[in-house]
Amino acid sequence: MTTPSGGARRIAGRAGHAAILVFFVTFLAFPFYWMLITTFKTTQDLHDINNNPYLFHDTPTFDHLRVLFNDTMFLQWISNTMLVGLAVVIITLVLAVPAGYALARMKGPWAQTLGIGIFLTYLVPPTILFIPFSRIIADLGLQDSLWSLVLVYPSFTVPFCTWLLMGFFMAIPRDLEDAAMVDGLSRFGAFFKVVMPISLAGMLTAVIFAFTLVMQEFVYGVTFITSSASYTIGVGVPTFLVRGDVYFWGSMMGACLIASVPIAIIYNLFVDRFVAGFTMGAVK
Amino acid sequence: MTAAVEQAGRAARTRGMARFADSERLLWPALLAPAIIYIVLLVGFPFLLSIFYSLSSATVATSDIHFVGLENFTRIIHSDTFWRSLWNTIVLTVVSQIFVLVFAGILATALIKDFRGKWLVRLLILLPWVAPISLGSIGWLWIFDSIYSIINWTAQAIGLFGEDFWPIWLGQPNLAMAAIIVVQIWRILPLATVIVLAGLSSIPQDIHDAADVDGAGFWRHQFEITLPLVMPITLVAVLFGIIFTFTDMIVVFVLTRGGPYDTTQVIASWAYFTGIQGGDLAGGAAISLFLFPVLVAVAILFLIAARRSEVT
Amino acid sequence: MATVEARQLVKAFEEVRAVDGIDLVAREGEFLVLLGPSGCGKTTLMRMIAGLEQPTEGDIVIDGRAVTDLPPRVRNVAMVFQSYALYPHLTVERNISFPLRAVGMPKEEIRKKVDWAADMFGIRRFLNRKPRQLSGGERQRVALARAVVREPAVFLLDEPLSNLDAKLRNSARDELKSFQRNLGTTTIYVTHDQAEAMGLGDRIAVLNHGRVAQIGTPQDIYLRPSDTFVATFIGSPPMNLIEDGDTWFGFRPEALVPVAQVPEGAVRMPLRVKRVEYLGAEQLIYGTVEGRGGDAAAIARIPANLDIGVGAGEVCDFALNRDDVQRFDRKSGRRLVEATS
Repeated sequence: MTTPSGGARRIAGRAGHAAILVFFVTFLAFPFYWMLITTFKTTQDLHDINNNPYLFHDTPTFDHLRVLFNDTMFLQWISNTMLVGLAVVIITLVLAVPAGYALARMKGPWAQTLGIGIFLTYLVPPTILFIPFSRIIADLGLQDSLWSLVLVYPSFTVPFCTWLLMGFFMAIPRDLEDAAMVDGLSRFGAFFKVVMPISLAGMLTAVIFAFTLVMQEFVYGVTFITSSASYTIGVGVPTFLVRGDVYFWGSMMGACLIASVPIAIIYNLFVDRFVAGFTMGAVK
Repeated sequence: MTAAVEQAGRAARTRGMARFADSERLLWPALLAPAIIYIVLLVGFPFLLSIFYSLSSATVATSDIHFVGLENFTRIIHSDTFWRSLWNTIVLTVVSQIFVLVFAGILATALIKDFRGKWLVRLLILLPWVAPISLGSIGWLWIFDSIYSIINWTAQAIGLFGEDFWPIWLGQPNLAMAAIIVVQIWRILPLATVIVLAGLSSIPQDIHDAADVDGAGFWRHQFEITLPLVMPITLVAVLFGIIFTFTDMIVVFVLTRGGPYDTTQVIASWAYFTGIQGGDLAGGAAISLFLFPVLVAVAILFLIAARRSEVT
Repeated sequence: MATVEARQLVKAFEEVRAVDGIDLVAREGEFLVLLGPSGCGKTTLMRMIAGLEQPTEGDIVIDGRAVTDLPPRVRNVAMVFQSYALYPHLTVERNISFPLRAVGMPKEEIRKKVDWAADMFGIRRFLNRKPRQLSGGERQRVALARAVVREPAVFLLDEPLSNLDAKLRNSARDELKSFQRNLGTTTIYVTHDQAEAMGLGDRIAVLNHGRVAQIGTPQDIYLRPSDTFVATFIGSPPMNLIEDGDTWFGFRPEALVPVAQVPEGAVRMPLRVKRVEYLGAEQLIYGTVEGRGGDAAAIARIPANLDIGVGAGEVCDFALNRDDVQRFDRKSGRRLVEATS
């Protein structure tokens, strides 16, 4: 005696499944869709309250993007962000790779406690440290300079990436280094010539995440930098593209899209690796 | 012959082992030191400085700083705005994280199975988390615009709002708080979902199979088996969410600047306006230190969760 | 107690047919072993019987009832997994009582049943512990207790001994067989270990590439293997197979005896000795057969206290009883029933 309702149940289940996904994807992705439309709508169209906002009344325009690239310092901000990102990533790798490796290979209960301790410093928010930092930066003469960011950003990228890299290195069997050492390499040599090449993917993941953290940062950026030529994207767009009470919505939405979507696509490629490295650190 | 071999062996061992032991014992600290020194200098030191400022007369202008004891704190405690911002911060965090918890659980359960287009769905779901917070908030600023709000337009178009009902989201304290809460849920949900999803995936399939064979129906399976096993890592997700929301100033800054009339200030934003824009470093530092107790509590819970997370 | 039938069962994963048309009946109260190498489909077959996989084609019938579309929980089967699959966050007591709570049995009855099952496996004293506090052998008993407590119609055991230490495995095997005899429940047991299968099974179904190569008692399988796969899979060392025209000439290692000990008309099988392995109770002689199948390799198994009198490189005069010779078709691998020399 088979249950004929088995099939109906499965369909209902699948419909419910789809409904849940539709609801959440709409909630989470809609603002970006809205950014997309706004970027290409003429200002007239945007501000005409009689038009259906989902439809293009006038033909889509590239004007807002033109303004963004030609009449604002958007490109300058992109380049600033890239430079800061590159410098911070390098500093982070130099500090976090050895530390992560040491934590992964150290024997004894200290290693995991230290690893968690380092990670916890990531949870100390910029909003506690930014006030003393503002004074420190001013005293160092780095006020309004991108170097202030290069100095301070590793304070959160390093703890985070150390934890991540610790997880990645722990996933590589010790046997490989042991074999290399038997073959004549020193411990450090084994690390450099055997472990690092294998963990390139893991390090790349750490790089992507460090870069993302740099791009997302706002608090230090808005505190240390005041001249518009030195802004990073995250700070420049909200503060500069507003002339008095007039918001250049089209250009702003375009800027938001450009600064979010490409990095999101790259991020998506690395999320699985990220989760693996992140959770490995907790299993020792 | 054996004695000579033994002696040579002993000599080799002490040489080799001494070198090896030395290198291990020196190597790890050497590799760890740069990172740890950096963190101590750039996290520990400013933090101590923050405490110092809160007990001093520091302002942006003067270089003459002297100790004033708890004066700054007394000043803050007598400020209405401070209590308002403390209340706002707590409400904002608790409400948004409850939603995040429930939503992340549902969404992660929906994502655990493979289906066509999952890659795209995951990309779309991650967008709010990956996008810089300030830029995402600007997007919502436009969505909540007083004249052109797409929410209002759509709600009117489908009949949800009456003809005269056009809420000015960011203009009224309660609505503005609601808007801020929505944006916080929006940006934390992807992270929480990814973490909970990782937790769900780590439950061995055998356990689910055993529960099915043992006769557990859908609800018993979820509540007696799946939920307890995913709880530790879910706790980690919740703790992250609490920290990021409680200490955040960006969403408030972009959406309302703390307005209207400082009714939507949160601790972090109020610290910014007091300390940086207002120049009162000591006051700002004192305000921001109120973030610390929650941080400590979360860190402790985090450690407990990390200890409990070995399940099998 | 029930019969389990698989009728024309097929399970296809995209292009791969994990189970390729299996007809099988497990009789009431019998201990049926599904034996085969990895990838032969035995675990997939068991999972279909349990209801954890849906067959692509075919039916499962338990106790006369077609259960093919039914979920696991209404099939009245209990399963012990290779990993034991104990609920890590529940105590042993809650693990064992879980299936009873799932059907809403009253508390008093649950307690009695749990005690009964725990006593059967001697784990009463662990009732308040969590699985991670137990050893492998103890966890295995908890898994068995959880299966037994429902008094199901069928037990499904998926390699439950493979995670135990070798020493423990033998005693666990003995206990398992006795407990099944006592309860009399139909049991289907999956393993890749042929010695285990021979020791435990009332009947053995040898599976290969998703099909049943042979089903029968251990004696049937050992003495009258249906094809070369079964012949070489069962028995350690495996049956010797020597090319002879368009057939395989097959004989088991223990069938080789020194020529002095076989009666007239025996088949001569001289062996050039390569190596002798002394295993304590017996010896294995590795060598090549002189004169047949072009220097084919063969292994002889004789008692350790028998001195063959020849060393490496020399030829030892072995012989076979005609009855011990089996022939298999070279193309199909199937056994040819008229054994000639």
